[in-house]
Amino acid sequence: MLPMNANIVRIVDETPSTRTFFFDHSFEDAMIGQFVMVWIRGVDEIPMTLSYKNAVTVQKVGDATSRLFEIQEGGSVGLRGPFGRGFTLPEEGESALLIAGGVGAAPLAPLAEKALSVCSQVTTILGARNVNELLFMDRFLQCGQVYITTDDGSAHRCGFVTDVLDELDVSGYDRIYTCGPEMMMKRVFGILERERALERTEFSLHRYFKCGIGICGACCMDDAGVRVCKDGPVFNGKELVGSEFGEYSRGPSGQKKSF
Amino acid sequence: MMNITGLHLKNPTILAAGIMGTTGASLIRMAREGAGAVVTKSIGPQPKDGHSNPSMVKLECGYLNAMGLPNPSYEAFLPELEKAKDKAGVPVIASIFGGDPEEFRMVAEGLISGKPDAFELNVSCPHAMGYGASVGTDPSMVKAVTSAVCEIADAPVWVKLTPNVTDIVTIGKAAQAGGADAVVAINTVRGMAIDIHSGYPVLGNRFGGLSGEAVRPVAVKCVYDLNANLDIPIIGVGGISTWQHAVEMIMAGASAVQIGSGVFEGLNVFSDITAGINWFLKEHGYTKIEDITGIAHERF
Ligand SMILES: Cc1cc2nc3c(=O)[nH]c(=O)nc-3n(C[C@H](O)[C@H](O)[C@H](O)COP(=O)(O)OP(=O)(O)OC[C@H]3O[C@@H](n4cnc5c(N)ncnc54)[C@H](O)[C@@H]3O)c2cc1C
Ligand SMILES: Cc1cc2nc3c(=O)[nH]c(=O)nc-3n(C[C@H](O)[C@H](O)[C@H](O)COP(=O)(O)O)c2cc1C
Ligand code: FES
Repeated sequence: MLPMNANIVRIVDETPSTRTFFFDHSFEDAMIGQFVMVWIRGVDEIPMTLSYKNAVTVQKVGDATSRLFEIQEGGSVGLRGPFGRGFTLPEEGESALLIAGGVGAAPLAPLAEKALSVCSQVTTILGARNVNELLFMDRFLQCGQVYITTDDGSAHRCGFVTDVLDELDVSGYDRIYTCGPEMMMKRVFGILERERALERTEFSLHRYFKCGIGICGACCMDDAGVRVCKDGPVFNGKELVGSEFGEYSRGPSGQKKSF
Repeated sequence: MMNITGLHLKNPTILAAGIMGTTGASLIRMAREGAGAVVTKSIGPQPKDGHSNPSMVKLECGYLNAMGLPNPSYEAFLPELEKAKDKAGVPVIASIFGGDPEEFRMVAEGLISGKPDAFELNVSCPHAMGYGASVGTDPSMVKAVTSAVCEIADAPVWVKLTPNVTDIVTIGKAAQAGGADAVVAINTVRGMAIDIHSGYPVLGNRFGGLSGEAVRPVAVKCVYDLNANLDIPIIGVGGISTWQHAVEMIMAGASAVQIGSGVFEGLNVFSDITAGINWFLKEHGYTKIEDITGIAHERF
């Protein structure tokens, strides 16, 4: 479909680098973990996960996100979606572990809230560069126990989410979900592979998107040729074994760059 | 097995250029999904990021795209081609583009060691300045580009035509005169969409190319006319997503078909169309695809 017009009705500053944009349209049928293509008119169109049914939470990293940050309440963007495969929701009585790094908390916060309504236990490991960049801490705290790490030690534990994961008994969790920088997820992958827990784990990935609808092939990963925009962005850990995940990705031209 | 310009295809459905064709792995996947042959993304002399997004949108009647020939350059693509050749198990056709005969030749030469089963010359992309259709609307340029590649290529050369010309037959004849082994028709039809909420053209490049459902009648007519006027095989592409569409294109004169936007419906589109064509041939007492190629020309 052509991009629909969405008015921005409310903007919330979440952290110094992230902002949530609430739309006058709610994607009621969206699966948690699905994304929308956000068109900043005259600039670019970029993928963003829904952090609420009617919002995206954006980290300012470059041109398009900076221009999006210039849009005020009452402004508008174009939206296509929701697209892709979201998370497999936990079942009644299961326990869930969420591992979020930086803006990777955006798809996991709605998942925590959903999990709270069915799970016996929801535990989150939330990591960020520093205390001010911890995203959606309140949303995770309302759902269960939260372990916090900061790279610089400005809050709680100094270090990485993987330091906490290393000490947890992951056998106690029926389902594990993670989203964050790829190098973080790669270390999470390593630990969960060792613990034989990959099959119970879902990873939300990032590749360069062009069409967003599974036709152009820009977002394909080696070695299975899976499309992150259509077959993902959420993948089961087993699907990533032997893939390019954590090794390299391709930019807009298709040229490889290593992590 | 069918023979198209010396290539052996187990079925007549070919993955079109620019669709799932940027990596060796995705080409291999499409072959496993049932494509009888696969065409790579169009590869050029230098790395190109392509146009800014939105670069493709779905319309009610088809799709609009302006990818802008993104590609990693022939040097970076060579390993992808080698990988596809190694594992796809079906013919792999290298689609290439350039701004002049020299560039086309350079890219073809750069990919020869990857042993593509054929080259497809993209002289037809409607929205990349100085490339594609700006070459493909000029018959003398088409002939020059075709012969430049034919001189050095040891594989068959297919030329992909643009419908954005007054008379596609003139261009097809120029390709044939340049030594083309087949022509492929059609590339996308110039088009545009405007966001009425803001007045902005939707595509990052402002305009682009139309594909899918809406262009099928245009493609059928082009293939029909080319079949009536050329001696080389025609590969039909444009708006094919079911076996009925494929049969129609073959009856217009196509020896095989390519499928682009149709993959949106599901990657099983190749195997579904193949099964449908086989059923149709049997049901109507035909033994092979050649029996129906161009039969519309005999019906008055
Ligand atoms: C499925 C998915 C969900 C995402 N969800 C979120 C989210 O909820 N919140 C958030 O802040 N970010 C999210 N991102 C990342 C976000 O899309 C990029 O940060 C954004 O595109 C940057 O654009 P830019 O122009 O500001 O940056 P640029 O300066 O253009 O580039 C910075 C980096 O952003 C990435 N990027 C740029 N354009 C694209 C594109 N078309 N597709 C994919 N990546 C691109 C590239 O990795 C690039 O290296 C998501 C990405 C994907 C693939
Ligand atoms: C996203 C997209 C990218 C394309 N890229 C190329 C390309 O690189 N080279 C080329 O010759 N044709 C390209 N095309 C044109 C297709 O190969 C095909 O000719 C056209 O889309 C019509 O077929 P269809 O209706 O089956 O999609 C592209 C089409 C689409 C939709
Ligand atoms: S972005 Fe085009 S296939 Fe994923």
